[in-house]
Amino acid sequence: MDALILARIQFAANISFHILFPTITIALGWVLLFFKLRFNATADDKWMDAYRFWVKVFALSFAMGVVSGITMSFQFGTNWPGYMERVGNIAGPLLAYEVLTAFFLEATFLSIMLFGFRRVPGWVHTGATVLVAFGTTMSAFWILALNSWMQTPQGFEMRDGIAHATDWWAIVFNPSFPYRLAHMLTASALTVAFLLAGLSAWRWLRGDRAPAVAATLRTGVVMAAVLAPAQLFIGDQHGLNTLEHQPAKVAAIEANWQTRGGVPLVLFALPDEAARENRFEVAIPYGASLILRHSPDGVVPGLDDFVGRHPPVAPVFFAFRTMVGIGVLMIGLGLLSAVLLWRRGALPRLVLWGLVGMTFSGWVATLAGWYVTEIGRQPWLVTGVLTTAQAAGPVPAGNIGATLVMYLTIYALLLTAYVVTVFRLASRGRIVEAVPGTAMPVSKVATP
Amino acid sequence: MTPFIPAEWLPVVFAALMALSILLYVVLDGFDLGVGLLLPRADGEAERDRMIAAIGPFWDANETWLVLGIGLLLVAFPMAHGLILTQLYLAVALMLAGLILRGVAFEFRAKAGDLKEKRRWDHAFVAGSLLAALSQGWMLGRYILGFAEGPAALAFAAMAAGGLAIAYAFIGAAWLVWRTEGDLQRRAIGWARQAIWPMGLGILLVSAVTPLVSTRIFERWFALPDMLLLAPLPVATAALLLGIASLLKHMPLPDDALRRLPFWGAVALFALFFAGLAWSFFPFVVPDRLTIWQAASAPESLSIILAGALFVLPVILAYTVLAWRVFGGKARDLTYY
Repeated sequence: MDALILARIQFAANISFHILFPTITIALGWVLLFFKLRFNATADDKWMDAYRFWVKVFALSFAMGVVSGITMSFQFGTNWPGYMERVGNIAGPLLAYEVLTAFFLEATFLSIMLFGFRRVPGWVHTGATVLVAFGTTMSAFWILALNSWMQTPQGFEMRDGIAHATDWWAIVFNPSFPYRLAHMLTASALTVAFLLAGLSAWRWLRGDRAPAVAATLRTGVVMAAVLAPAQLFIGDQHGLNTLEHQPAKVAAIEANWQTRGGVPLVLFALPDEAARENRFEVAIPYGASLILRHSPDGVVPGLDDFVGRHPPVAPVFFAFRTMVGIGVLMIGLGLLSAVLLWRRGALPRLVLWGLVGMTFSGWVATLAGWYVTEIGRQPWLVTGVLTTAQAAGPVPAGNIGATLVMYLTIYALLLTAYVVTVFRLASRGRIVEAVPGTAMPVSKVATP
Repeated sequence: MTPFIPAEWLPVVFAALMALSILLYVVLDGFDLGVGLLLPRADGEAERDRMIAAIGPFWDANETWLVLGIGLLLVAFPMAHGLILTQLYLAVALMLAGLILRGVAFEFRAKAGDLKEKRRWDHAFVAGSLLAALSQGWMLGRYILGFAEGPAALAFAAMAAGGLAIAYAFIGAAWLVWRTEGDLQRRAIGWARQAIWPMGLGILLVSAVTPLVSTRIFERWFALPDMLLLAPLPVATAALLLGIASLLKHMPLPDDALRRLPFWGAVALFALFFAGLAWSFFPFVVPDRLTIWQAASAPESLSIILAGALFVLPVILAYTVLAWRVFGGKARDLTYY
């Protein structure tokens, strides 16, 4: 394989591994604040129990996000030196503001949030929780501003082949940014909703009837029932924005080859790029025109308008269907669970097992969504400004291949360890404390 | 945005900010990594837990200075960033693997299912710290020689790798002298005594080799009157080494007096060594190839970062001090409540 492909696989592997953890911490920070505020308001110990359990998941996820994030900051230079040379004047300040306004805030106040409960007044501890949650969200803000700028760049001019900023407001609030930010924040909240519900269901199925388990199960189910349908609407708006600014991406999502009216919604097909047609197509007539143009005759752009300048069709097509498929499952299970909880006060075993099975479904949907938007931007790294091939560096393929194997091994091990550990924490429930620097987990007396 | 300081000064300001971040990283994560290197010498489970508790609340924020340092290189000197990181590609990858292992081992060891699994994460913690320390030293050696190839250059890089690991072990031991008590503190004093002279030798060797790299650096140090003005640097270094070594001989003192001194002495040594390097290489960001002015980003981009940095850095320093106060004193077991 050539160095460019290896560099892309390596970067994609790292960024895919990394995004799993911010996806959890962004929303979980606010959920922890919710638990803390409920505890402050009600003095009910179940909320503090919930806080103590979930802060462990938060700490573990945060550490995973930090170490893979540091790797990212180096891989910009090792894998894509041309990126910073060409658009560093734009990307640089956005990344710098992320470090300055988010990283230090999170990293410093996380210690107070984790270990400071007995060392600082209650309001300082609550304040630390606020600042950590705010920091994770600020981090998402800057990163999505940069990513969106790469999708829909504006507010700059090219001088001697190098991008120079002319309007920072336009750069940050570029056309796709508000939609992408809303979509990602909601994705994070949905991921956490199913993580909360799934692990709580697991604890319940294992006979853990602590009040905190019921409380976190309810929190997760309510979040899922409200946010999953909302995400459908936000995602649709995001798609319409993409149609306006990146029509080739939408054409790949729909596997629509010719620009025409009355385009069907392709449910399944094997897109064949050599023949430029779909095999084994199953489609709903007029569906795509209705969704994208709100009219059965609406004209939808086709891939043939962008020959040589559109992304690979199959990965975008299938990633989109994976994302939407999981989204539909989330809406169904979220609403069903909410209605059952409301009507019967408890969930049947089958539904609980369904929630357990969906524990990490948010990860799959989020990754699939990122694949749609990132592969969908190809062959560009920055739309219309810089192609991915132009940004690659001079590192020999052998070095990239060797380090790729190393990274993949580490990531596979850590991901396994993470999932095993999270489920084990849930199995042990709240009777065990496990924090860095303590002796072996000590059993505490369980209070009924 | 129009630059609010003269454009030709911006690269200097950013070089200073970057140098400060890297120095802070080396000192702060240096003691974290050093404690990781010393972990195998702990006596039993409880002592290992206490050593990790002594750095638990700090490591994450400490490591963030690396992100800021490398981030400033990336955003302020993008040409140099690409050049340096592609030259050091494998060492960077190994360092990252080390930092990944070290960082997650903190969490996983505490949440391990049984003692055997916990020991495995302890080993990952040590291996990660060692790998990170050695690769950072290796990168330092390669950088000083301007990425020269050949057996002699690689031998120098290997020596720098060993030297930095020992220096980290020293500052880690000095941190433990401050932050622990009883048997562990006495053992840490012993570790510091063992590490201090090998570290001194490392400082001497690197300082002796650096002026030989190029005539430019040689003249920086040995032309008059500069030589006289620079004399305090080696003199202060030697005095500090002797002072700390004789203090360590008498520690622990009654009432745990002067417990902070070995650590702050180590910080001063790191700073002096770093100042010497900065003097040797300024204004080059890639030795003898690329100056900070040649490598710098556009002034309007540097200005907007600087505006943010000048506003935010004091805030960061303020809440770092707050965190150090909250977790001040001797390390205790860490609990979530």
